[in-house]
Order: sequence, then structure tokens, then C-alpha cells
Amino acid sequence: MLKNVGIVGFGAYLPRNRIKISEIASTWGKKAKDLESALCVQEKTVADFDEDAVTMAVEAGENAISMFGISPEQIEAIYVGSESHPYAVNPSATIIAEALGFDSDYMALDLEFACKAGTGGMQNIAALLEAKIINYGMVIGTDSAQAKPHDILEYTASSGAASFILGSKKEDFLVQLIDFVSYSSDTPDFWRRDGVSYPSHQGRFTGEPAYFTHVIGATHALFKKSKTQASDFDYAVFHMPNGKFPKEAGKRLGFKDKQLEPGLVVSEIGNPYSASSLLGFINLLEQINGEKLILVTSYGSGAGSDSFIFKTTKKLKSARNLKSFKFYLNRKRYISYSTFLKFSKRI
Amino acid sequence: MKPFVIGVGVTKFGELWDISPRNLVKEAVTQALADSGITISEIDAVFVGNMLSGVLGNQENLGALYNDELGLKGVPAFKIEGACASGGLAFHNALNSILANKYKTCLVIGVEKMTDHKPEEITNALMAAAHEEERTAGLTFPGLYAILARAYCKKYKITEKDLASVSVESHYHAALNPKAQFPFKVTLKQVMESNYIADPLKLLECSPISDGAAALIVAGFDGKKMKRGVEVIASEVATDSLGLSGRNDLTTLKSTVLAAKKAYEQAKIVPSDVDVAEVHDCFSIAQVLALEDLGFFKKGTSLKEVIKGKIRLGSGAPVVNPSGGLKACGHPIGASGVKQIVEITIQLRGEAGKRQVEGAKIGLTHNVGGSGAIAIVNLLKI
Repeated sequence: MLKNVGIVGFGAYLPRNRIKISEIASTWGKKAKDLESALCVQEKTVADFDEDAVTMAVEAGENAISMFGISPEQIEAIYVGSESHPYAVNPSATIIAEALGFDSDYMALDLEFACKAGTGGMQNIAALLEAKIINYGMVIGTDSAQAKPHDILEYTASSGAASFILGSKKEDFLVQLIDFVSYSSDTPDFWRRDGVSYPSHQGRFTGEPAYFTHVIGATHALFKKSKTQASDFDYAVFHMPNGKFPKEAGKRLGFKDKQLEPGLVVSEIGNPYSASSLLGFINLLEQINGEKLILVTSYGSGAGSDSFIFKTTKKLKSARNLKSFKFYLNRKRYISYSTFLKFSKRI
Repeated sequence: MKPFVIGVGVTKFGELWDISPRNLVKEAVTQALADSGITISEIDAVFVGNMLSGVLGNQENLGALYNDELGLKGVPAFKIEGACASGGLAFHNALNSILANKYKTCLVIGVEKMTDHKPEEITNALMAAAHEEERTAGLTFPGLYAILARAYCKKYKITEKDLASVSVESHYHAALNPKAQFPFKVTLKQVMESNYIADPLKLLECSPISDGAAALIVAGFDGKKMKRGVEVIASEVATDSLGLSGRNDLTTLKSTVLAAKKAYEQAKIVPSDVDVAEVHDCFSIAQVLALEDLGFFKKGTSLKEVIKGKIRLGSGAPVVNPSGGLKACGHPIGASGVKQIVEITIQLRGEAGKRQVEGAKIGLTHNVGGSGAIAIVNLLKI
């Protein structure tokens, strides 16, 4: 159980572009209704021609800094989780920190663990804070997700970023981080080799032995460690590769729909990989007030899940971003499939 | 010399990600040996039905592999490949060796491990059973059977809804079979609302990608038969053109018609004598063609009978696919033909529990490779 870690600022970013599932479906001669009902997704975000995981991370980071009102020089660590770091060698974290105005005395690290690299970063920042090695740290989950044309992933892989500033002073806490666990195994459900443009996946194997085993395994482990159960929580957020999986995982763990709905954002934005569960979490934080207990469980293929218990404070009410998740959600323009191909550099 | 099936075994069919092909076979063979009452040292030869181990798993030489696994070193063993009919053909070859007095007691194994591979790899691998022109044209097996479905529906004025009714029957039976991949019922509405795979065939009209194994022991006896033995009274194979472009008629599978005709003649029975049948229903249209090509119903009329419940447990003669068929029990390619014989053996012994066809005396199995390029029909009786 942690005593000295809390979220003091957070920020989201979504690109303006949206493509409807029906637009992708019509390109491939598929029935949109079939796909929308199978995936529970209506549209997804698409990074613009000049956007990538780094630029989106900067936008989200600026929003988090703006919310807390901290000087960027005070942030002593930045961990960036993504599976679409623009460079194989050359850290995203330093580019982002430089753009955000960090000084030079900060720890910087890029992380990759499929869709859970962001939450992995949060655990590491939390550990530095709990050990009193740093006073403030930033974690970002950001992705401009890749999917092979005509692959089922193409309907959901999207773009976005979520940023959190974590601190150790209780009076700053908007949300206290109470505890976390991880659940990991060598489960090859989804991967992308170095130099390969698109990820591969094992179809239905990504379900039961991968997503559900790890999400449920991590959450059960956290229940056991913290002596809690689903009914103790006000809300829960799970990684959202589609609209069905998080609902099913929540149901199996004993959560009710009303606990899950405020954090479900996949139907309108798709799955921005490392940012998925964190954006769901931010959307939830922007809607609630008072002291609420929240469970967040991420999932990363390969595979692993990080499960967290958060408790919001009364201070959360006063912390609002002008550029909120909702702001970005409503700011949109629809693009055609050919524009989508252009923005994702495929034509 | 008369051949009898004296022991059978089958694994659960489905997405068996944590069970290797070796362990699947071991499980099915252990069941079959226990069921037969003989010991493994009494096996004279092994016939393995499998299609995809080479192309998907880079593992051929399955005869030696499974003999090694089962402790049968020194015993002759053969892998038999005939696409989705591999299992049925393995059984046929075992029978022939017994009838030729080469071996007395044979172990027949059907096995396939598919779900460890990506769907596109499996689709590509399955097309190894088709004509090269069909592969070049980008066709897949759902596409080939969709062509058959369109031809049939046009000729006999059949609606998509009529065609979809086949899957409801398959799932009705599978709900009674704990070994089935999909042991639950589906409604006609669910079938109709499922996604198109290849128009007019929808997801719930297509057999799944499955893992599984089945095994049986077939032995030749002069005079008296072994306890609980089910006699094989006919086993016939016929072929047709590899691709659909070589066919004169797309509303029938000639290989099935020929194999069935020879089998009925050999057994000296007629289709109406069959009490229970396991037919090759890789797609809804495949079952429709089978019901008619096997002589159970006149051409163009089988769906009317299916909709009336005539092939369903308790009301049918014959009851078709009490296991759930390939559609609902699952279709681990090489295992399917062997599983069909396992199911009919259990039925004829009266040991099928909730899905027992009361008083079944004569059973039929029908296993097809490709889009009708090869078919095998077996007749068994108690």
C-alpha cells in the first residue's frame, strides 16, 4: 500500500480527425452494421499527417502541466509508454521533455509493453515518489497505433495521448494512488518485430488466454492484496481494445454497468493502445467529484496487466482543463479512407 | 473376414490452446484402448488422418511421430491425407489392410491442431486442397461453397432463411454433446443476423477452426465378433474434379453420389434403412447437398424436411449429425472423419446418452475432401 503518491495533474489529447467504421467497412466491402455490433465501436481517431506519438504526448503533457500549474523545471522524471515511438533509437521522452520545457536534471525513459507501457510508467514513477527519490514525475501513454489495411485491427487502432503528473505532497493530490499490482506471462497474442510496419496478432487467442486471463488475473490479485471486491469501488476502467472486452471483463469480476460506463470511451475514439485505459480514466475523472474509489486495469499484449486502486480527493473538483477529454472528443472532422491512408503515410 | 470397430475415443473439440497434438492423440487413443479392452501391444498398424501438420506446423511423418509418442516403435504406421476427408480415408485404408489380411487390428487416429495459427495462415493452408486456378483467383473454401449455395438456391428457389435453418439443427444436437466446440443452441434469427463470410453463407453457417483428435480401433474377425463391436458393412471412396470448373452440375457432389451408391450396393441396403448419419456439413449448403446426394431426400426438397424437424433427434429417420456435425461439434480437419465413426459407433451401441437415437441399428458416415473432390461413405451396423 502506497502512502506518498498521488496524481496532481492530468491531461488528454486526441487528434481532430475521425474515421467512421462504416467508411472503412465500405472500402473493404464489409457490412458496417456487422462490424459496429461486433466491436462496439462507431468511429476512431486518426493522427494527422504531422502528428505522431511524440507530438500528441506533448499536447497531453502541456494540459497536465497547465492543470497543476507547476513549472516544468520542477518535474524530475518523465516516462513515456508507447508502441509507436517514432524512433527505434532516440528517446521520445527527451524530445517531449524538451518541448515541455523541462530542465536537464530529470530522468527520462521510453517504455514499451504493447498497450500497457503507460501504466507501467506510472508504477515506476510511483516507486520513485514513494521512495522519496523525486518530488514530481510525469508519465505519458501515447500512441499513433498501426494496423495493417484490411486487418480487423484497422477498425479500432487509433491515436491519442494521456499524461499524468504524480507528486508526493498530500495537499496537492487530486487523486491518491492507493496500491497497484501486475500480472505478467509470456503469452504471444500480438507482436510487431523490429522494422515491420504492422503488428501481427493471433485472432481469437487475443481474447481468453490473453486479455481476459491477464486483466482478470491482475484485478483478482489486487482484490486479494487490498482485501477489496468489485462492490467496494465506485468506478472501474479496463483497457479497451474494443467495446465488448472491457464490459465482459468487468462483468466477470462482479462490476455493474454503471461502474464501467463513465470510463468507456472506445466507441467514439477506438483503441489508442498505450493511452486507452488512461484516457478512459481521465474521462472518468473529468466527470466526478468527491471521494470516490476507482479501479483501473490496463492490458498489454505479450502479455501483462497493471491494476491500480485510486481514491479521488475533494480537490479534484477544482481541477479542470480547458482542453478536456470532452473538448477533444467533440472537436472532430470526418475523413475519407483515402485521407486516412494519406495521414498514416501509406500512400 | 469381417471388420469391426471395437473401441473409440475422442477429445473435446475446440480452441485447445494449452494441449499439444501429441497430448490430444494420447488422450483419444487412451480412451479407445480402454474402450476396446485390448492392450496397445495388440495393435498391428497405425493409420493417421491429418491434413495440415506439414503446411502449418512443418511436421510431417506423423505415423512415426505418434508411434513414438504412444510407445509403438516397430509397428507400421501411415499418414493419410485427403484434405477434410483425411480421417475417413485413414479409416478406409485401415479397413482395406484388414480385408486384405495384412493386419488384424489397426489403430486409426484423426488429429488436427489449427487454432495455434493465424486465421489467414489457416485459410491459405486449407486452400492446398483446392484447384490451383481457384487459389490464383483468390477463392477460399467459404467462397467455393458459396458458389455451390448460390447455384443450389437459384435452381431450387431456396431462400437464405431456408438455408440458415440447417445450423439450428446442428446446434440443437451439439447442445447435447459435451465434447462439442459449441454445445449450445442457436436460433434462426441468430444465424440470419450473423456476419456474412461469403454471401450467402453467414458465420453461423460455417464450420469453425478447431483443435481435436479422435481415435478408434478396427479389427477383423472370422465368425464371432468382439463384445460391443460395431460391424463395418461398407466403406467406399469416390473422386471428382479437383476444382468446381470441372463439374457439370454445381447442385450435387458427384463423389458423394458415387461413393454412396457403391456403399449401399455393397451393404445391400437402401438409404431409408439408415437410422443415424454423420454427414460432412462444413457449410450449411454442404449438409443440404449431402442429405440429397446420400439419397435421404429428393433433390431440392431436403430443406423443407429439415425445417419440419425431420433430421432432428426424436423425430427423424435418419437423425443427422447427432454429434452437432462439423458446424457445431467442430471441424479439426483430420479428426472429423474419425470422429464421425466414433459417434456412429457410440450411437449403434446405445451409449450416446441424451443424444441417443433410439433403436439405431444402421449408421452412415460421410466425409468430403475439398469442395467435393473426394468423398468417403461408411456404413456400420450393430
